[in-house]
Amino acid sequence: MGIEEFLFFVFAAILVFAALMVVTIRNPVFAVLFLVLAFFTSAGLWLMLEAEFLAITLVLVYVGAVMVLFMFVVMMLDINLAPLKEGFIRYLPVGVLVGVIIAVEIVLVVGAKNFGLDKVVDPVGHEAGYSNTKELGRVLYTEYVYPFEIASVILLVAIIAAISLTLRKGRQTKYVKPEQQVFVRKEDRLRIVKMDAVKKQSAAEEE
Amino acid sequence: MIPLSDYLTLGGILFCLSMAGIFLNRKNIIIILMSIELMLLAVNMNFIAFSHYNGDTAGQVFVFFILTVAAAEAAIGLAILVVLFRNKNTINVEDIDTLKG
Repeated sequence: MGIEEFLFFVFAAILVFAALMVVTIRNPVFAVLFLVLAFFTSAGLWLMLEAEFLAITLVLVYVGAVMVLFMFVVMMLDINLAPLKEGFIRYLPVGVLVGVIIAVEIVLVVGAKNFGLDKVVDPVGHEAGYSNTKELGRVLYTEYVYPFEIASVILLVAIIAAISLTLRKGRQTKYVKPEQQVFVRKEDRLRIVKMDAVKKQSAAEEE
Repeated sequence: MIPLSDYLTLGGILFCLSMAGIFLNRKNIIIILMSIELMLLAVNMNFIAFSHYNGDTAGQVFVFFILTVAAAEAAIGLAILVVLFRNKNTINVEDIDTLKG
């Protein structure tokens, strides 16, 4: 067994373990942390598949942004954990049964019989000067430029939706209704007081 | 030499685990959202494996878009979750039955 196979099986074992912990652990904070572990391990696997740009993107965007967002929400909400785990034991047999059946079906289809080394040969690695980022960028800005722009619009929609959903209106703004403001007259607001001129006292006189 | 089938099997196992997670944690919205993220990760794993073994970057471009949409989905989902918690003070799926669906 070469170093490549060894790394693959270590990463695969960690990934499956982390995924198992995400779905079974009691505390959501630990679930988020195990999901971070799963993303990191997947990034390692993607590096082995020569998808360097996406591996780094996964760590930066997912671990750096999305999982931190999850962490914020989990820690901000004061959740009562007891009722959330009620159905766990009850649904356990059904969940495991369905999961195992689908896993067996998937393995039957994508297993070594159809996608083994004799069917799909392992490609030779790229030469030393090859840049995955450059290649991906070239394809992204030529062939897939419209989907790329649509993706940016989707992100804009997500920003606006998230802000408008969570923004609390009212209290913090001192907003005046314009239709009331135009009816304001000077006599209602302003009072002019006539006063005699008073000579300012100097510091010496006060003493 | 790692065969393509190993990566596909890993993706399949990951997908089934996260699906079982939705079955098991059907009261906790946060865990359900995280299971969906895991599902997308499993799918991305398949895309990248096929992209590598076929020598075609289109799979990686697709993963790029999936990551974009998943990030947007997570942001909006968590925003809805926060608003929900503010209004109903719970994240239990069974308490969210205002529409009687």
